[in-house]
Amino acid sequence: MIKFINVDKEYANGVKALSNINLSIGKGDFVFLVGPSGAGKSTLIKLILKEENPSSGRIYLNNMDITNVKNRRIPYIRRNVGVVFQDFRLLPNKTVYENVAFAMEIVGSHPKEIRRSVPTVLGMVNLSKKADCYPDQLSGGEHQRVAIARAIVNNPPVLIADEPTGNLDPDTAWEIMKLLRDINRRGTTVLMATHAKDIVDAMQKRVIEIEKGVIVRDEEKGVYEHEI
Amino acid sequence: MSMKFRVLKNIIKQGFQGMWRNKGMGLASITSITAVLVILGLVFIIILSLNNLVVDTKDKFDEIQVFLEDDINDEQISTIQNRLENQNGVSSVTFQSKNEALEKMKNDWGEEGYLLEGLETNPLPDTFIVKLKDIEYADEIAEDIKDLDGIDEVQYNQDIIEKLVLVANYVKTGGMIIVSILIFVSIFIISNTIKLTVTARKREINIMKYVGATNGYIRGPFIIEGVLFGLIGAMLSIAAVYYGYEYFFNTVSDRLYVLFTIYLVPPTILLKDIMTIFIAIGAGIGALGSLVSLRKFLNV
Ligand SMILES: Nc1ncnc2c1ncn2[C@@H]1O[C@H](COP(=O)(O)OP(=O)(O)OP(=O)(O)O)[C@@H](O)[C@H]1O
Ligand SMILES: [Mg+2]
Repeated sequence: MIKFINVDKEYANGVKALSNINLSIGKGDFVFLVGPSGAGKSTLIKLILKEENPSSGRIYLNNMDITNVKNRRIPYIRRNVGVVFQDFRLLPNKTVYENVAFAMEIVGSHPKEIRRSVPTVLGMVNLSKKADCYPDQLSGGEHQRVAIARAIVNNPPVLIADEPTGNLDPDTAWEIMKLLRDINRRGTTVLMATHAKDIVDAMQKRVIEIEKGVIVRDEEKGVYEHEI
Repeated sequence: MSMKFRVLKNIIKQGFQGMWRNKGMGLASITSITAVLVILGLVFIIILSLNNLVVDTKDKFDEIQVFLEDDINDEQISTIQNRLENQNGVSSVTFQSKNEALEKMKNDWGEEGYLLEGLETNPLPDTFIVKLKDIEYADEIAEDIKDLDGIDEVQYNQDIIEKLVLVANYVKTGGMIIVSILIFVSIFIISNTIKLTVTARKREINIMKYVGATNGYIRGPFIIEGVLFGLIGAMLSIAAVYYGYEYFFNTVSDRLYVLFTIYLVPPTILLKDIMTIFIAIGAGIGALGSLVSLRKFLNV
């Protein structure tokens, strides 16, 4: 599903954010990406989203080589990947329903299909009752659930989350984690960068740890920190 | 409905929404485009009318008159006639005796013709009227014949035509410079207007990119917004120029300055000309203005 081969990333200002990254994430996997601040987690995610290009190495998504693609094709690559961020990124002047429907309009879905899929997805994230609310009427957890609904409404095979629980209290964070786990159980590959030790430890999923741009650990059913 | 069509519909809808949301600055854009086009219209009218005048004047004045001396004999006359007929660019040579010239003058003067009855001697000379294919040939011919025996004076109106052409060229150049500057200013104003929409929608644009919106989908609404401003400006200026000019034209005709009116473009013909030009320029300024601001602000 996602494959990095000898990937380096050096930013224009000379910061070497990633060195010789090799990883392979299969279809339906659930993977935590951990490591200290500045380790390069977000950079790795940006490479998958084609927000940044690698300095060297190759990147595959969905068995497609996305290392060098024309700008014109990037939107179509992104349609394979749902994204969720720490800061939710909802449109304040649109309702919950519209925020989700918007993602379908962009790709040109049929209005009928939109009217069918949006309520289904809102049901999955348990927000059916808030469909007509505006973001400023929602709690943090609800914000993130809308963002997740928007990320999965077009049925992307991959869901990427960059610290999705970073702005949430522990209970709410757990709600979100359960949601991501459910989505993963339905077959979606999930890659989540996080600092939430207790969540990583409790979930018992694959953990990839990066430090200073290098993968220092990649283990199944891992925990947040090295056992020393 | 196909997917492409739905996407297009969305883009157009957003373009209209953007225009509506941005109506304050939009007014500035529309005003500037309208101003440019109205001025362009005026320049256009003046140029067309001057052109008519030049063409007409060229027609009227493409002849030279060769005045002959009083004591000229028949032999000299036929020498001169021969010489004239063999010049470059001559289409016809007509001899007008001094008596014919006087008759013609009497006719031309009409009511006042009786004034000429009192003349004791005919002051008019025998004349060759040489019709030219183009007034351009006049200088050359005049130069060639002016020293022949029996020729008193060679007269033609090269000057007036040269001056007219010169004025027309000044108006053209000046008008184009002014219009270019104004087009530039409008593009600047439009690009600033669109910049406001882009900034207001920065968040939305960013999110759209993550969800996989194409550049066309993101840019489309802004370009449509700019084009709409341009089209509204075009409509307003077409109406202003057409009705304004029609009023002027009718006033001039009513007062019977017919001589003047024949050089003016008829309003309906003007309307046909400016319709396409204004719509194209208005939409072009709008699209260009948007593109200028998008190039800076929407780099993915
Ligand atoms: N656009 C950029 N230009 C230059 N350097 C950058 C850019 N983005 C990130 N970096 C640098 O790259 C390194 C890795 O940053 P990155 O954001 O990937 O870390 P991270 O692991 O996501 O950290 P955090 O846990 O704090 O989010 C850092 O040193 C950062 O300063
Ligand atoms: Mg980060």
